[in-house]
Amino acid sequence: MADEALFLLLHNEMVAGLYRAAEQGEGENGRCTTKLESMGFRVGQGLIERFTKDTARFKDELDIMKFICKDFWTTVFKKQIDNLRTNHQGIYVLQDNKFRLLTQMSAGKQYLEHAPKYLAFTCGLIRGGLSNLGIKSIVTAEVSSMPASTTHSCNECVQEDD
Amino acid sequence: MSRSRPAPSRPLESLLNSELFTLTYGALVTQLCKDYENDEDVNKQLDKMGYNIGVRLIEDFLARSNVGRCHDFRETADVIAKIAFKMYLGITPSITNWSPGGDEFSLILENNPLVDFVELPDNHSSLIYSNLLCGVLRGALEMVQMAVDVKFVQDTLKGDSVTEIRMKFIRRIEDNLPAGEE
Repeated sequence: MADEALFLLLHNEMVAGLYRAAEQGEGENGRCTTKLESMGFRVGQGLIERFTKDTARFKDELDIMKFICKDFWTTVFKKQIDNLRTNHQGIYVLQDNKFRLLTQMSAGKQYLEHAPKYLAFTCGLIRGGLSNLGIKSIVTAEVSSMPASTTHSCNECVQEDD
Repeated sequence: MSRSRPAPSRPLESLLNSELFTLTYGALVTQLCKDYENDEDVNKQLDKMGYNIGVRLIEDFLARSNVGRCHDFRETADVIAKIAFKMYLGITPSITNWSPGGDEFSLILENNPLVDFVELPDNHSSLIYSNLLCGVLRGALEMVQMAVDVKFVQDTLKGDSVTEIRMKFIRRIEDNLPAGEE
């Protein structure tokens, strides 16, 4: 039973550690986000496998997205997504008004530019989860005001042959 | 590589929470192994990150556990094994192998939650996978004025039957007042 605080601290330290290493090394900042995202991808893949072991088959893409917003998000972040919007053509917008990885930071403009670093892992998490459920997607996130975060997921369904 | 584990008696959520941490840690170690060529550097980096986590974790721990000041190293060992490990990792290691002077002991972990689903490949034989734990313990204790040396003695990933962490008390850290102050 790993405590939530432990995951939060580990995540923050991962972000800090990677950027610290990048500063001392080549100084390619863009790669840090990619690394974080790909870490999240691996974790998301594994997690969704464990999670959906005993759940019923999903009816459609919307069902999967709702699962991500409710059960998946609750397990990882202890709350549900506050708002899910879609254009029914593969684009989904998930809005979390109190994103757990950002609540520890001061709510204001001061750290707004650093916030995206803390979202990269989560984007990968969602992308990895969707990928193992048969959906190829591109997930991006933005923070307009701390601690709310918006995640955009552009999906294209991949037909699975079981 | 999934190890067979007993049927979970805990609710799904708490199971998944620990798996989130385990998987994240695994992804982190994998990334570090890619970034640094040799295992020693990875070990050092894990230790440093663990240290940074430890100095913050101690505050969370003290706030939640309400444990008072420990009077000696034995008490510290008890608190670490019975309260801290239980609170954060859900396991209670046993304390053994006290040195005659009472300044060194071993924590024996029957199962290490960090290494669920993990296998060490042959070309990483000197990697100390759970080295983060050493850093965490070191950082946390430094914040309560104790300088300790923490290292892994046995590791189930390397074929040993248990995981053993050896902790040695070095000295008490005195608060240093900034120069010029009374």
